[in-house]
Amino acid sequence: MTAPATHSAAPAARRLPLPGFVDGTLLTLVAAAVILWFAPSGMGRYGTYVLSLWLVMSVAVMGLNLTLGYAGLKSLAQAAFMGIGAYATALLTSKVGLNWYASFAVSGLITFAVGLVLGFPALRVKAHYLAFVTLAFSTLIWLVLRNEQWLTGGVFGLSNIPRPSFFGLKLDGALAFHRFVVVVTFLLAVVLWWMIRSPWGRAFTALRENPIRAASLGIDTRMYTLLAFAIGSAYAGFAGALYAPLVEFIDPSPFSLSQSFFLLLMVVAGGAGYLLGPFIGALLGVVLPEWLRFAGSLYLIIFAGIVMLLLIACPQGMSGLLERGWAKLTGKKEGAR
Amino acid sequence: MTEVLEVSNLHKAFGGIKAVNGVSFKVNEGEILGIIGPNGCGKSTLFNCILGQLEPTEGAVKLDGRDVTNMRPSELNKLGVSRTFQLLQVFPELSVRENLILAGQEHEGTMLSRFFGARDAGLSAKAEQMIGFFKLGHLADAKAGGLSYGQQKLLDAAMAFMAGPRLVLLDEPAGGVNLTMLGDLKERLRAINAEHGATFVVIEHNMDFVMSLCSRVIVLAEGKVLAEGTPAEVRANPAVIEAYLGH
Repeated sequence: MTAPATHSAAPAARRLPLPGFVDGTLLTLVAAAVILWFAPSGMGRYGTYVLSLWLVMSVAVMGLNLTLGYAGLKSLAQAAFMGIGAYATALLTSKVGLNWYASFAVSGLITFAVGLVLGFPALRVKAHYLAFVTLAFSTLIWLVLRNEQWLTGGVFGLSNIPRPSFFGLKLDGALAFHRFVVVVTFLLAVVLWWMIRSPWGRAFTALRENPIRAASLGIDTRMYTLLAFAIGSAYAGFAGALYAPLVEFIDPSPFSLSQSFFLLLMVVAGGAGYLLGPFIGALLGVVLPEWLRFAGSLYLIIFAGIVMLLLIACPQGMSGLLERGWAKLTGKKEGAR
Repeated sequence: MTEVLEVSNLHKAFGGIKAVNGVSFKVNEGEILGIIGPNGCGKSTLFNCILGQLEPTEGAVKLDGRDVTNMRPSELNKLGVSRTFQLLQVFPELSVRENLILAGQEHEGTMLSRFFGARDAGLSAKAEQMIGFFKLGHLADAKAGGLSYGQQKLLDAAMAFMAGPRLVLLDEPAGGVNLTMLGDLKERLRAINAEHGATFVVIEHNMDFVMSLCSRVIVLAEGKVLAEGTPAEVRANPAVIEAYLGH
């Protein structure tokens, strides 16, 4: 075969004196982290808490975005995995006396392992059948959290969950803990960014778009299916490990099936299969209802209306809408994600 | 000559329907074998059984003398067996270049090196070469889903060759492709066959394409081998004319 002329388009980032791996998404993540570090100034405790909660939910949505948005596996158990992570961290830090960092790692490992096991049905069943398997798992976890009072405190929950410290620096205050959440979320987002732009990300996308063709190209679809489930679940576990010290009290209600549906809504509304989609989705799910509080009891109706209009106008969610807008503005065709 | 592929007494039944009914044949290294037959005669089912996408009811498939019956498609691909599909099977959301890199990446390194290593798995140069070879240069960064049918067919074929396979099964590569692109495709398949000694098995309805490309042709009818021979022998076979080619 004769070597052809190359036609590689130089990415915009190459114009700047930056390492070759730096792209627009990474720069956006860095800029967002810097802004969020300073954002709570003048917001007060509640405003800071809402910002932190947005980031924590973004971590859980990032995991579901990997499982659903990239790998195309429909899961309704993300809140259950978040619950496993939250309870594991709460128990390990408040009852066992383990430090938060070790508890965070253990929460991730437990949810990774459970996600791996739950991934096995995904090898046999697809689409809504898989969704029902995960729905059953979600219900099972919620029942365990509610009924096994000796371990989880039942409906009374677990309280006095300590916040971590950082090299002796106490993170008990809302602002200090918020900044800690910003750093952890940023690191987790960078890991996912790296994964998605690596050959793994390409394989996950192939799994979503055409698993039969993917297998014919040597892609081990079993391995990638299990990994997508396990890593997506581990991110929910990490989110739970951040959530427990954020709220300092947990009970089963935030980890119910309805919360899993809400996380799914955040993935879809933010833009499934877009790396920054989870942040936009979680912004809609967590912060928008706060902005709509002026509407009193009507806020949920307005919120539902906004989401319906968005999904009718752009089924690819906010990220798809922004991509379309950017493409129109620059006169370029929408590129491959 | 070395036998690359050996199919022995292969059967595949769907309930009471015998889609493949005792098919046996061998493919030698460097050969281009054509499989023709009327619609519904079991050609694609035969491919799917050989490639592990369907479980044969009976029979065996050997690759280089090794039994690979029921081996998973991904494992077969790692052994150097590649394929294209009757219907378009590119990844529409990925660019042409990304489709090609994807088609070769699992043959490079390990799972860990694919995570920590280069984004292109070291395949950019090879992808560029393939893009040029299949005349897709102006479309390298376009989404595959936005390409014309013929261009997607070329991409589909290019993907099958990214990992440097030694056996490629092409399912109706000429279907829906215009005459100019068809000429390009045939020229490229011949070049790969001549330069790299790759072995092809081609299912096709386009008789001119098959007869001018293949050195040997098998005719299937109702799941069985009806005839086998050189293109000239097959063309002259009264049973083939009666069942498939027409008068």
